[in-house]
Amino acid sequence: MTQIRLLPDGCLHLQHGPIDCLARAWGADREIDAAYAQAATSFPTILPALCEELPLLRRALPSPEPHGDVARAMHRAVRPFAAGFITPMAAVAGAVADCVLAILLEGRTLSRAFVNNRGDIALHLSPGQTLRCGLVCDLAHPALDGAFSLAADQPARGIATSGRACKGRGGRSFSRGIADSVTVLAHTAAEADAAATVIANAIDLPGHFSIIRRSACDIDPDSDLGAMQVTWDLGAIAAPDIAIALDAGAVVADDLIQAGLILGAVLCLRGQKIIRQEARLRALELA
Amino acid sequence: MTDIVTCDACPVLCRIRPGHTGACDRYGNVKGVLTRMDPHLVLIRSPEVVAFAGTEWDGNPLAARDVFPTGIGAGTTYPDYKPAPFIVGSTIDGIDMVTVVSEGVFSYCGLKVKIDTDRHLGAETATVRAKGEAVGHVTTAEYGSQMLSLGGVHHLTGGSKREGVATCETLLALANGAAVELTIDGGAVVIVQSGHPPIVDGVAEIRMRVGCGSATIGIFAPQWQHLADEVIVVDDHITGVLTEHQAGKFLGMRPSGIRVRGRRSTPGRYFQVANPGLGWGGTDITDPLSIIERIDPKTAWPGLRLMMVSTTGEHAAWFVLDDALKPVPEPMPDPVIAAVARIGENCEPALCSVLFMAGAGGSLRAGATENPVLLTRAVQSGRAQVTSGGAPVFLWPGGGITYLVDVASMPGNAFGSVPTPALVAPIEFTLPLADYAALGGYIDRVRPLAEIIDHARRESLPKGVAFPVP
Repeated sequence: MTQIRLLPDGCLHLQHGPIDCLARAWGADREIDAAYAQAATSFPTILPALCEELPLLRRALPSPEPHGDVARAMHRAVRPFAAGFITPMAAVAGAVADCVLAILLEGRTLSRAFVNNRGDIALHLSPGQTLRCGLVCDLAHPALDGAFSLAADQPARGIATSGRACKGRGGRSFSRGIADSVTVLAHTAAEADAAATVIANAIDLPGHFSIIRRSACDIDPDSDLGAMQVTWDLGAIAAPDIAIALDAGAVVADDLIQAGLILGAVLCLRGQKIIRQEARLRALELA
Repeated sequence: MTDIVTCDACPVLCRIRPGHTGACDRYGNVKGVLTRMDPHLVLIRSPEVVAFAGTEWDGNPLAARDVFPTGIGAGTTYPDYKPAPFIVGSTIDGIDMVTVVSEGVFSYCGLKVKIDTDRHLGAETATVRAKGEAVGHVTTAEYGSQMLSLGGVHHLTGGSKREGVATCETLLALANGAAVELTIDGGAVVIVQSGHPPIVDGVAEIRMRVGCGSATIGIFAPQWQHLADEVIVVDDHITGVLTEHQAGKFLGMRPSGIRVRGRRSTPGRYFQVANPGLGWGGTDITDPLSIIERIDPKTAWPGLRLMMVSTTGEHAAWFVLDDALKPVPEPMPDPVIAAVARIGENCEPALCSVLFMAGAGGSLRAGATENPVLLTRAVQSGRAQVTSGGAPVFLWPGGGITYLVDVASMPGNAFGSVPTPALVAPIEFTLPLADYAALGGYIDRVRPLAEIIDHARRESLPKGVAFPVP
C-alpha cells in the first residue's frame, strides 16, 4: 500500500514499503502542484519494478545488468566498487531518490527541489540557487552537528549518509564498519549512496574486542550480505584507535575523490571528524 | 527456521525473524505473528480481543467503553513536521466523550526510583551516574527503601551533550521497563529495572526485611515469648536481643545473660555487630555464634533455649545451653520453624519501582485547546481525566499539570525520545464533549473512535491496572 500525502509544511510524503521519501519543490504554485501530481502518479510503480529484479539486485558484482531504470542506476553506481564485495542494493536508497527527483522535474520549471529518501538526498538547483543542508554525525544520537550550503555552481546533486547503526539497533541497514556516519557528496544520490557505504565499511578496527558483529542473515534472512559479519554494537574505543579507523576511511575517500567518483565526504566517529575535499565543504559550519 | 514470517504488505515480501522488523520497520515479527508496528495504540478492556492483533480488524463489535485510544504512537516518526492532535470522540453510556490524545515531549521530566534494600547505596544527594555521566542523585530514603531521583531538565539539557544523551537513554530504558546499571558516587553499583529486584554490587536482593532486628523483635515478641528463652535477630543495621529489648522486658521475660558484640544503642539494640556482607541479615557472618561476645554465668542457665534468626527469616538456628553454658545446636522444634517462616511470610519481595514524573507545559495543552489555561483548570477541577498510556496518574496539587505515573502500569514501550534530548510520553485528556467545546477545544477535529481503531495496534493494560473507562 502506498501512502502519498501533502504535509502541512508543504512537503510531499511518499511511502511504499521501505521507500520513505520526503520531497519538496520550490517554484510557481502551478509548477509545484504539477510536479507533485506527476510524482504521485509514478511513485507507486517504483517499488514493484525493483522487486521484480530483487534477486539479481541482491547478487554481488559482477552480475548481469538489470532492466529497470532504477535498477540500472543502482548497478551503474556500484560498478566502480566491483573489485570488493558489493551488490547494487548498496545504492538503492539513493537511486530511488534520484528517480523521484527526475519524476518531479520532468517537464517542470522548478527553482529548487529535493527528495530525501531516509537520509539519501537528491537535489535540483537552478542557476543561482542554494540549499542549506544539515549534518548529523551520529545516527544513534541524532543532533544537528553542522550545516553546509550547496550551490548551483557546484556539481554536487546527491548526498548520502551511511553508518554503523544496525537494523534492530536503531538503524535501517547494515554496515561492515564502525563509523558513526559517513556523509558523501556526489553527482547523484545513487553514487553518493554507494560511496558512503564503501567508505563506512572501511572505517573499521578488525579484531578489536569492543566491536560486536553478527551475521547479516541472522538478523535479516534475505540480506544481500548473506552470512557476512556486520557491526551490531560498538563498545568503548580509545582515541588513538578512533583516529586509526577514521584514517582508513579517509584513504578510501581520497581515492574516490581522486577518481572523480565523489566530490567530498565527512567521516565521523565518536566525536572525531575528518573532512575531505575542503573546497566542496568549505561552508561547513560545525556546531 | 519456522519462526520466520513473510510480510505481504508490499512487493518486497520481507522474511522477518522473530523480534525483528521488515525493511520498512512498519511490520515486524512479534512472537511469530506478523504485526503492524504502527505506533498508535488503543487499549482494549479484555485481553482475549488482543489475540486478533496483527490481523485486520474483524469487525468484532466492541462497545466504546471497552476501547480507549492512548497517546502511544499518536505522534509520528517523521521529524520534519508536527502532527495535528489526535482527538477521538465516542459515546459512553449515552454521553458524548472526547479523548485528546498526544505524545508530549517533556524536557521537564524525570524518574523517581524506589529501590527496596537496606543496603547503603550512597549518601543523600550523591551523584548517580550512567556510563560515567551524571544522570541524577540519591534522595531521601524511605522505610526499607533507597530512593533515587533521575533525569530532570538540568541533566537533560543543562549539562554537556553527552550528559544529556546519557540521561535521556537512562530515562528511556528505565521507563520502558529495561534494566540499567547505575553507579553512585562514593556508593554502590546497582542494576535497576522496574518490577525486578535490585542487584546491588552484583548481589540480587530477594526480600525486603520485615524491619530492622529491633523492629522484628517488636513485631514478633509475644509470639516468641513461650517458644524460646532468648531470641537474637541478626541485622546489619540494628541487631535485637529479645530479653534485653523493651519488648521482652514488657513481657516480663527473664534476662538470659547473653551479650552480643557491637555498640549498644539502647537496651537490646546493637549497632555494628559485624561488617556488612552477604551473610546473616546483611552482615558478613556465616556462624551466628560469632556475634556472641560472652554468656554471663550468673544470669544464664543450663537448658536455656536460644533462637537466632535474620530479619528476613532466610537464616535461622536453634541452640540449647549445655551444663557449661555453651550453646549446642539442636534440631529446631516445629513451632520455632513456623515462627521463622512467619518472618519470611511478612517480608515483601524486594523490587525496584519506577515512577515517571513530568509537567505538561504550554504547547502540549495548546494541542488540545486554543485557551490552554482552561484545560489546566478542567484537569485541576477533575472534569478532565488525565491518563498516561491509559494508566492512572497522580496529579500533583497546585499550579500546572504535573503528574506521576507508575511505568509498570503502562503498556510496554510507551516512551520514546527526541534528540533535544527529551523524553516523549503519552498523555490523554478525557472529558465530556460539551466541556471540551466549552474550553475552546478543536471540535471540528474530533474523529470517531471507529475510524481510529482500524489502523491501531491493540493491547491491554498490564494485569491489575484499572481500565481508564469505568
